[in-house]
Parts: sequence; C-alpha cells; structure tokens
Amino acid sequence: MRLAGFYLCVVVVVLLPMVFPNNYFVTVVGISAGLHAILAVGLNLLMGYAGQISLGHAAFFGMGAYSSAILTTRFAWPGVWAMLAGLMVTAVLAWVLARPILRLRGHYLAMATLGFGVIIHVIMVQATSWTGGPDGLTGIPPLNLLGWVVDSDTRWYIVIAATMLLAIWLSLNLIDSRIGRALRAVHGSEFAAQMLGINTSRAKTQVFIVSALFAAFAGSLFAHQQGFVSPDSFSLTISVELVTMVVLGGMASTFGAAGGAITLTLLHAGLVVFQDYEMLIHGVLLMAVMIFMPQGLFVGLSQAIRKIGHGLRSGNRP
Amino acid sequence: MKTGFWKSIITATLLVVASLVNAAEPIKIGSFLTVTGPASFLGDPELKTLQMYVEDINAKGGVKGRKIELIHYDTGGKAQDAVSFVKRLIQSDKVDLIVGGTTTGDTMAVIPDVEKEGIPFISMAGAVEIIEPVKPWVFKTPHTDRMAAAKIFEDIRKRGFTKVALISGDGGFDKSGRAQVLKLAPEYGMTLVADESYGNKDTDMTTQLTKIRASGAEVIINFGLGQAPAIVTKNIKQLGIALPVYQSHGVASKTFIDLAGDAAEGVRLPAAALVVAEQLPDTDPQKPVLLAYKNKYEAKHGPVSTFGGHAYDGLMIAVAAIERAGGVDRAKVRDEIERTKGFIGTAGVFNMSPQDHMGLNAAAFKLVEVQKGAWKIIE
Amino acid sequence: MPEQLFQFLVTGITVGSTYALVGLGFALIYNASDVVNFAQGEFVMLGAMAAIALLGAGLPLPLAAILATLATVGVGLLLERFAIEPALGASVVTTIIITIGAAIFLRGIAMLLWGKDFHSLPPFTGDAPIQLGGATVLPQSLWVLGVTVALVVLVRLFFNRTLIGKALLACSFNRAAAQLVGINVRMMLRLAYGLSAGLGALAGILIAPITFSSYEAGVMLGLKGFSAAIVGGIGNPMGAVAGGLLLGVLESLGAGLVSSGYKDAIAFLFVLMVLFFEPTGLFGHKAAERV
Repeated sequence: MRLAGFYLCVVVVVLLPMVFPNNYFVTVVGISAGLHAILAVGLNLLMGYAGQISLGHAAFFGMGAYSSAILTTRFAWPGVWAMLAGLMVTAVLAWVLARPILRLRGHYLAMATLGFGVIIHVIMVQATSWTGGPDGLTGIPPLNLLGWVVDSDTRWYIVIAATMLLAIWLSLNLIDSRIGRALRAVHGSEFAAQMLGINTSRAKTQVFIVSALFAAFAGSLFAHQQGFVSPDSFSLTISVELVTMVVLGGMASTFGAAGGAITLTLLHAGLVVFQDYEMLIHGVLLMAVMIFMPQGLFVGLSQAIRKIGHGLRSGNRP
Repeated sequence: MKTGFWKSIITATLLVVASLVNAAEPIKIGSFLTVTGPASFLGDPELKTLQMYVEDINAKGGVKGRKIELIHYDTGGKAQDAVSFVKRLIQSDKVDLIVGGTTTGDTMAVIPDVEKEGIPFISMAGAVEIIEPVKPWVFKTPHTDRMAAAKIFEDIRKRGFTKVALISGDGGFDKSGRAQVLKLAPEYGMTLVADESYGNKDTDMTTQLTKIRASGAEVIINFGLGQAPAIVTKNIKQLGIALPVYQSHGVASKTFIDLAGDAAEGVRLPAAALVVAEQLPDTDPQKPVLLAYKNKYEAKHGPVSTFGGHAYDGLMIAVAAIERAGGVDRAKVRDEIERTKGFIGTAGVFNMSPQDHMGLNAAAFKLVEVQKGAWKIIE
Repeated sequence: MPEQLFQFLVTGITVGSTYALVGLGFALIYNASDVVNFAQGEFVMLGAMAAIALLGAGLPLPLAAILATLATVGVGLLLERFAIEPALGASVVTTIIITIGAAIFLRGIAMLLWGKDFHSLPPFTGDAPIQLGGATVLPQSLWVLGVTVALVVLVRLFFNRTLIGKALLACSFNRAAAQLVGINVRMMLRLAYGLSAGLGALAGILIAPITFSSYEAGVMLGLKGFSAAIVGGIGNPMGAVAGGLLLGVLESLGAGLVSSGYKDAIAFLFVLMVLFFEPTGLFGHKAAERV
C-alpha cells in the first residue's frame, strides 16, 4: 500500500502515449516535464527532508549536461561513459562543497548555493574553448543504450519517463531508510538530532551528494535529448524555478515535487498562447496557489479530497 | 491526472481552431522569436513586422488566393524553449515553413530538428556559422557579423590606425562578433592591444575602459547588444577617452542614440540602409522599399529599427518563393528560396545560391556615424 | 598602475553603492517578517519606470520622482494586503515563492505598460564628470552614494530610536510574543512593505540615469541587492551597505586586475569565502537555535 501512489504514476505514464500517440504535449512537453520532475524530486530530498535550501541546483544539472556534451563531441566518448564521468565529477565536487556550505543556514545557505551557481554559469559562458561560450555546444550524438539508439521523441519519452519513475521510487525508499529518518530529524531540529546521536553533518552531506547526482543524471539525459547545450539552460532563473516547483507541488512530498514540476512545465507550455499576458497570468497563478494552498498544490489537493470524502461519508447522518 | 486534464483542453482548442481554419486552407507560417527577455528589443519589432505584413498580404487577397496564418511562440531567449517550440510548430501546428529565430543561440539550437524534418527555415540571426557550412534547409536574412567586422576594419584602415582595443559582452552575438574581430584583425594589418569583456546586464564598464585607456589603443571597437553598448559609450566619455569608437550593427536603432545621448556623437557603425533611408540618392533601387517599410512601421509602432527589417525580408522572400513554387510543397519552396535573385529587401539586394543561403554582399552595409543625434552615411 | 587602481576602486564604490541602496530594502522586510522579498528588485524597476513615464508625460523631475515613489509604495501596500497577509501563517519558503510570483506579475505589468525597450532618466545635476585625483566619477554616482549614507543613518535611527522601529524588529524576533505585548503585527508588516517599496523606488530613480531601466531591470538589481544584504548579515542595514560596497569593489578589482570576463565569478568566490569564515555574514547576529 505504501507504494500505491507510485503504481498509479506508472499506469498514467504508460497509458499517456498510448492514448495520445505522437502528440506534442505528451512527447515533447512530457520529456521536459519528466526531466524537471527528476530534478525536483532530487532537490526535494535536500529541501523537503533535510530542510536545506539550494539556489544553485541548476549548476549540478549543467555539470552533468556539459560533461556529456564535452566528452561526446570533443573526445568521442560513448554517451554512457560520458554520463558516468559526469556523475563522478559532480559527486566529487558536491562532496568537497558539502562540508563548508552545509555549515551555513537559511538565507546564508541560499546565498552560498546561489554564488556557486553563478560561478559555474560564468565558467560555462567564458571558457569558450571548452564550453562553446554563450551559444554552447551542438552536435551531441543521440544516446546509445546497448545498441538501442534513442533518437526519436517517443523513445526519449520512454527513457525519461522510466528514469523519472526510478527517481521517484528511489526517493520514496530513501526517505523510509535509516538515512531518511536521520534527515527528517535534522529538518525538525538539527541540534536535537545531534543530541540523539545522529551524525547530522554526515547525513546532510550524503543527501546533498545524492541530490546533486539526480540533477547531473538529468543533465546528461537533457544534453543527449536536446542535441545541444547552452548556458542559459543552467542559469539562476532555472535554479529558482526548480525551488518553485518543489514548493508549489508541496515540500517534503516526493509526489508533490514531481507534480509541481510537471504542473509548472505544462503551465509554461499552455500559457504561451497568451503571449504578452503570459507573465501576468503566470505570476498571479503562482501567488494564488501559494496563498490558498500554502502546503503546496498536491498536499493541498489531497487534503481537500480527503475532506470531501469525509464530508460525503458523514453527510448522510441527521 | 493533471496531464490528462490539460491535454484534453488543449486538444479540444486545437481541434476547434483546426476545423475553423481548414475551410480556408491557409498557408501556415510558423515563427519563434525572442519577444521577451534580454533580446526582446530584437524580437519585438520582428514580431510586429510579421503580424503587420501578414495582415497586409491577407487584406490584399493572400498568396495565390490562400490566406496566410501566422503561428508564433515566444522563446524568451531560451534555446531549449526554441527547440521545443519548433517541434510544436512542425508536429502540432503542422506549419509549411518557418520564419523566425531572433538570436544565433536559438537558431543554432533548432537547426538539427529543422534539417531532420526537412522544412524551409529562414532565420533572422546574425552569426555566420548559421549558413557556413551551408545547410540545405536553413537560410538567413541579416548581414553576418563577419561582414560587420570587415566593414569596421576597412574604415579603420582608411583612417590610418592599426592598434585596436576590443570590448564585448557575454552574449552569443557578442562572443561570435568578438571571434570574427580576432580572426579578421591580422588580415587587415591590425594589432589587438586589449580584449575586454563585460556582462550584458552590467551597469558600469569604466574598469575595463580604464585598462583600455592604458593599453595604447588608437580605436575602440565594441561588439554588443541592448543597453550595454550605450553604457560603454557613456563611460568612454566619462573617462575622457578621446579615441574613435566603433559599435556593431547590433545597436542600429534609435534607442542607442537616446540612451547614450551626447556621448554617442561621432560613434561609427555598420548598419543596414534602413536607418538612413532618406539620405540615399533617389536612384538607389532600395530607397522606395525602405521608405515604404519605414513609413508603414512607424505609423503604427514608433521608430523603426533594422531588426524588424530582417523579418520583413524573411517573410517576403518566403512569400515570393511560395508564389513561384505554386504551393507549399516543402522541397519546391526550399528550391525557390535558394533561387531568390535580385530581391530588394531592407537589408540589401538578395541573390541566393546553393553556396550562399544569405545572398547579401558587403555593399548592402552602410557605414554610418552619429551626428547631432541622428545617423549619417559617411561614405 | 596606481592611478588605474584608484579608478578601479572608485568604480567599485560607485557600483557598490547602487547594490547597497537596493540591499537596504531587503533588510527592512526581512526585519519585519524573516522573509526575503524577491520582488524587491521589481520595486526598484517600478520606481524608475514610473518616474521615466511621468517625466515623459511632461511633469518636472522632482514631482515625477515623488509621484513614482508614492505609486510604488502603493504597489507595496497592495502586495502586502492581497498576497502576503492572506498567507500570514504560511512557512517562510511559501512566502518567498509568493514574492517570486509577485515579481513575475509586476514584470508582466511593467512590460504591458511601458513596452520592452530600455529607457533612461536625465541625471539630476548634469553629467559633466568630476575629477577625483586621476579618477573620474559622474555627479549622479555621488547622489547615489550620498543618499545611501543618509538612508542608512535614517534606517538605523528608525530601528534603534523609534518605538515603531523597535516594534518592527520585535515582529521578526518572535511574532507571537510581539502580538502578546500589544504590537499590531499586520500593521507592522504593511509598514515594512510600504517602506521598502518606497526605498526601492527611490533607489531605482537614483540609479536609472546611470544604468537605464527596462521591465527586466529588477532581476539583476534584485540579485545584487539580495547578495549585498546577505553578505553583510541579513537584517542589518549597515551590513547591506558594507555588503554592497564589498561586492562592487570585488567586481571592479576582479575585472581590472584579473579578468573582466570572470569578474562575477571572482566576486562570488570571495563571497563564498566570507561566508565560510563568517557563516552569518559580516554584521549578522549569531542566533541560537531553539530546540
């Protein structure tokens, strides 16, 4: 029963392309939504469970993407090896950063992660000979998974949907593990957790690295799926958008984070028809959701549904 | 779930729209432009131009009796959105050809999809790499940054200077222009004595210019877009640097002069003839085209810029190609675009060929100088 | 070289003072509610754009500036009343996302009202550069610097010497306790949003002649102001100013002495170092955590 929500997700993800084959909103927007969901689920581990904010998550996303892009285009590495290298580099960097950065709290942590994101972004723009500068790198080959070449939108939908489900499943399991319980204790009160004998800084470091790895993995997929990378896909704006996705969907809920990511991505794709009014509507919707459902869209909705259900059951009584 | 809900709404809307337009069987022209975001001053006049002329063509009975339907998306300058919207134009909206791509970044990002699908695409972005090497389905209407750099160097050589200081921004246009300057400098016998950079949203460049002042430069070249070149120009004056200043074609709009004020006096730059249309001799075949576009645009939207002109050129080349092809068959339209000869646009006279998917020569560029708050041809 | 270095420093200070001015607004709202207001940059933009529009409509500059500031105060109050107050019980992060939504909304409004072009405001007292022993500054930069100093003193006096200021601070330390001792928390929040919107607008109007303005100008200024406020130690007006100046000088020295392309990275690297050694900023409180 614990994984009921997960199985529901699997069913929806599998059925969507069957009901709407070759549909732009399923394949193209769906791919983008799925990637965002992976990022948000990873960020939620850090934000929702360990209570640590990050305004630099796009940097890890970008490191995965650029590792894949540089190694496949400049050194002709196979995609999978490039991806692994990207994960390694990200893990090492996250590990080095974790200790000094996670000593900080609240807004100071936000500032430090933001600074880290800006630094990585500047390097992407300026180190032209490696990164291709502001126009980025093109010609990244499609991903080859043991002979199966991922080169169409439908195939990408399969790969990214599967990865997203894997990310959700991992996240759900991680939260119920020993580390997960330690993390939640850290979120409640780090000091109290320490008193209980939890090695809080180790728990925080671990989740920071895991969260960065989620992002880097999504980045590698993104690079192959797009066929190009450029710095503006990894800017501060994207980091802020990721935080927004997590909070909008509902912090400390894996489905909330994934749902928030999917909702915002669809919203963006849907609102473009309003052209000049897009920003206006986007801003109002964001404010409205947070005002009326401060716990997040999905936590708020599930509470509302429960309430209605309760009301129906008790409604018949005199 | 949420996804299904959105999907059904959108599908329903699309179906309604589709059934409405099917009756008239319009020609569908797709576009993706940077209407918001840092490059909005480029994309905004482009969109206004497209809308204005599509309306105009439809009012005159359309192309071969068929109306044109313009389907447009705003990328906000994000290349990944450009890719997504181009897929949407091709797969969902089923457009016949694409006229769009405000920035080089957006354009380069969509080229793989355009080439794979085989759909004619006319870009409005500057960099030479868009058409070099030639890609079968990709065309462009603005001058290249290489032509701009060459034009600037020719004038510097004429004035007898050899030591050049370069300052450029951190955007795609800036970096690509910088690369061309670095590449062409030796060919014109120039030495680059400084190569400084700034962030496109920076508000003060006096530090970089202080270094340039001490570098022994004889002229300053600034490759940039938007408000930053105006700040550079003001900072040069503030520091009392009395060197000749060259800007790129990226600032060829009235906004630059308005922002930089007095400091803009004497600044030279290569620009399409649009900004100096009135000063052309009456014998110039471009003059009536330029004045017609300028008057039409300014009657509705205020001061004209060369950027909107690129959209005009792109749209008109596409329409003429569809007329010659007698329909919207993709391969035929592509061939006809490639056969564009002697088309007089706002950027110059276009003569395309299988080797040249832009078709403009350097003559189309005018070197202009800011004099008394207005552009002046100085050739 | 020493002469160049002097200009680098002067540039750093003038740029830094614009960051500092924007940073002050962050400090105010933070003091009242623990929330970092991500729409603060948009207040700055609104002030500048409104002043430019009013000036264009034929009003004299001082009147345009006053009206623009008042209009922005109005926007700040409306934002507080209709977006912040209804979510009073929500977590800090939720409130921050509301301010992000507000920022996007205000940008959208500004774009519809004033288009996408950049606009400039004429400098208050001419633009003949002033020589300062080999370096040059614009008179407008001195305005920014002077007003920043004046505002810091005023804000400090406000928090330390006036009853309202102290009440405002009390709300931030402990909202429930503040309510218990008879402080009207809602009123204080309104005051904080109104004041910081006004501060932001004033900053925008002062900076616009140097930096120009457009509907998106608030994004960059907001980021720099936010960084300034935090590096200095959030909630401390003095800290915001110190942080702003530090950031400006670091950027300028980075550009001048190392590499102009990497100057933002250099500045933020220093910021990270500062935070690693001073985890609560330069002038921040060392707060104890309650278990």
